[in-house]
Amino acid sequence: MLPVIWFWIVAVMVAVYVVLDGFDLGAGIVHLGVAKTDRERRAVLRSIGPVWDGNEVWLLAAGGTLYFAFPPLYAAGFSGFYLPLMILLWLLILRGISVEFRNHLDNGVWKPLWDVVFCLASGLVAIFFGAALGNVVRGVPLDQNGDFFLPLWTNWLPGPHPGILDWYTVLVGALAFLTLAQHGALWVAYKTEDSVHLRARHVARMAWIGVAILTVAVTIASFSIQPHLRESFAAAPAGFLFPALALVGLLGIRIMITRGDEMKAFLSSCLFILGMLTSVVFGVFPMVLPAIPDSALSLTIHNASAPTYGLEVGLKWFVPGFLLATAYFVFLYRRFAGKVRLEDGGY
Amino acid sequence: MDSALSLHRFHFAFTITFHYLFVQLTLGLSLLIFILRTMALRTGNEHYAESARFWAKIFAVNFALGVVTGIPMEFQFGTNWARFSKAAGGVIGQTLAMEGLYSFFLESSFLGLMLFGEKILGRVGHWFSTMAVWIGSWMSGYLIVATNSWMQRPVGHEIGAGGEIRLTSWAALLFNDWAFWQYWHTIMGGVVTGTFVMAGTGAFYLLLKKHEQFGKTFVRVGVTVGIAAALLAAFPTGDQQGQLVARHQPVTLAAMEGHFETQAGAPIAILGQPDINKRKLDNPFVIPKALSFITHRQWEAVVHGLDAFPVETWPDNIPLLYYSFHIMVGLGTIFMAIMGLAFVLQWRGTLYRIKPMLWVLMLAIPLPYVANTAGWMTSELGRQPWVIYGLMRTSAGTSPHVSSGSAMFTLLGFMGMYSLLMMLGLFMIWREIDHGPGRTAGSHH
Repeated sequence: MLPVIWFWIVAVMVAVYVVLDGFDLGAGIVHLGVAKTDRERRAVLRSIGPVWDGNEVWLLAAGGTLYFAFPPLYAAGFSGFYLPLMILLWLLILRGISVEFRNHLDNGVWKPLWDVVFCLASGLVAIFFGAALGNVVRGVPLDQNGDFFLPLWTNWLPGPHPGILDWYTVLVGALAFLTLAQHGALWVAYKTEDSVHLRARHVARMAWIGVAILTVAVTIASFSIQPHLRESFAAAPAGFLFPALALVGLLGIRIMITRGDEMKAFLSSCLFILGMLTSVVFGVFPMVLPAIPDSALSLTIHNASAPTYGLEVGLKWFVPGFLLATAYFVFLYRRFAGKVRLEDGGY
Repeated sequence: MDSALSLHRFHFAFTITFHYLFVQLTLGLSLLIFILRTMALRTGNEHYAESARFWAKIFAVNFALGVVTGIPMEFQFGTNWARFSKAAGGVIGQTLAMEGLYSFFLESSFLGLMLFGEKILGRVGHWFSTMAVWIGSWMSGYLIVATNSWMQRPVGHEIGAGGEIRLTSWAALLFNDWAFWQYWHTIMGGVVTGTFVMAGTGAFYLLLKKHEQFGKTFVRVGVTVGIAAALLAAFPTGDQQGQLVARHQPVTLAAMEGHFETQAGAPIAILGQPDINKRKLDNPFVIPKALSFITHRQWEAVVHGLDAFPVETWPDNIPLLYYSFHIMVGLGTIFMAIMGLAFVLQWRGTLYRIKPMLWVLMLAIPLPYVANTAGWMTSELGRQPWVIYGLMRTSAGTSPHVSSGSAMFTLLGFMGMYSLLMMLGLFMIWREIDHGPGRTAGSHH
């Protein structure tokens, strides 16, 4: 029972990370398009400035939780995806400093430089996360010790000689890119006024079409590549609740943005992301990292979880810690609620 | 030693050392900014609020660099040390996950409020945010030191059937006696860095005759807190840390001190160069019987030398360990002297006029960084050849599928990336110092 609880805790933390850091990644993806002048770019940065760092902490917290609850998964996953993870780290570094350093110099070369770095790094990070999720669904060639090492790409087919990138994982990466671009555009639309607001709305509407098409494509591809998904949903049809949530979210985005209610459109986007991620998690459960070609070697919540005592004692500090963190975030977001006002200081 | 192992070790050592340059200033400045904000709140004097705002801007640049270089640390346990992580993740993952949940969220949420929220929070609310950032960063320090302490002195565990290390007592992990002293020693090291940076910057302004009122405040606050931190870093924290090493890692103590032969009334080496082949210290300059006294509180006590331990349990780089330890102790002594002298001059009211002292304060800024780095090198090299002392050899902890070529590639990548970060960071902080305090009333940038 404890491994199941921790499995869902890690899943929720990852999902919260994607929803929160997702909008500042998305803001990075779209900001070159939606904000043209320096003042407009500052407004976009200001909309994420007080929160992006805290959002990224969810990645660390999720990573730490994964580390102690499922050490073999952490060890196998992080060493197996060695090279792409290191590249991800470099991208996160570049992205972080571009947000923090952009406004230190008022200079016609400096600011555009960091704007482009911010955009590229955000976009690549989004694609990377999508591709990583694609790898988890497709499975990796785990050996008897529960380790693996994958080339970046092979023949681009998710068959017997997989690479980290193949047509399927790239497709998931593309969906992640568009989903977060839309998510960020909705956030920016909700937080800003005038021309930035209008352009962000437009970008979100365009992205929605791509998201809808790719969602269908990725769903079909996932079910054909990972047979376990069908078994999971067949065994417990209640699980269709998760894809249903995603569908409600997807339709909600369209309806709310047409009505001009960006806040509800953004919340629908959160629901869409949560629905998609929980669908995946439900579909691969109880596996945490499927093995190919021999699925018997898969890491599951049973063979990859930490011993009982640690998981038990962990719950005692996790619950209050999680509530505290949630309280900080509610306080922080309420304090910075409403449209961005540049005259309030900072950036 | 095979090359993949060396590279994995250097990979971690390089990235953590670079990361810690920013962490130590965060530990020190978070306290100092809180002190300035408290002074502002108590006196109602805008001068202190402006001082705090100035340091908050430097803090923000430094913190951003600390965050972006910190994220790779959490990943590297898995990427480069997979076998270690698989075996010990159930234990050290506890404190690492707690750090994320209890400190990073506190720190990052309230940093946003500290930097962006002065107008919307009001004076008391904003003061509270600076306190939350301070507490968050010091708590983060504790959880990391507790993690490291478990690797130095593993407690509260048993070995499972599959060779995995199972936690048996969370309280033992969290309240490890090693963690208590190492924590306060580490914190004082960070405060020393913060106070030298603040006092040195103040001295710079006084020498330039620019922003002199601020310069005086920075020197005064820096020196007052600095003398306390420099003393506390040595006694009792450093001394007690040494006692723990003597009790639980006696071979490490012998290596740190360059103490090759077991003897009663052992001398302590102040200078000298260890010669491992001949097993002696070249050009020794010693204080007779002092090592016996420091270690056992008795002048005639027997102190075990390296000869008392099997060679395969010796730390694998004794000269580097010896030099690191001696540099840390030597610089620690110099810090007490500099801060002590400055404190006396300040008390007599002449400090701000004595140029040589101001020059010393300014030029001393890099030294605490060297001392803190040397201190961590002492701790980590001293633990070798173990990654978990007595339980797991460092050579048994690496990732089996990550080749030396991959590790070299990413190491070089980090070196390039971090060189860029260092240049940008110094440039940004220099700009803030060059502009000086007093221009931010009302608006930032």
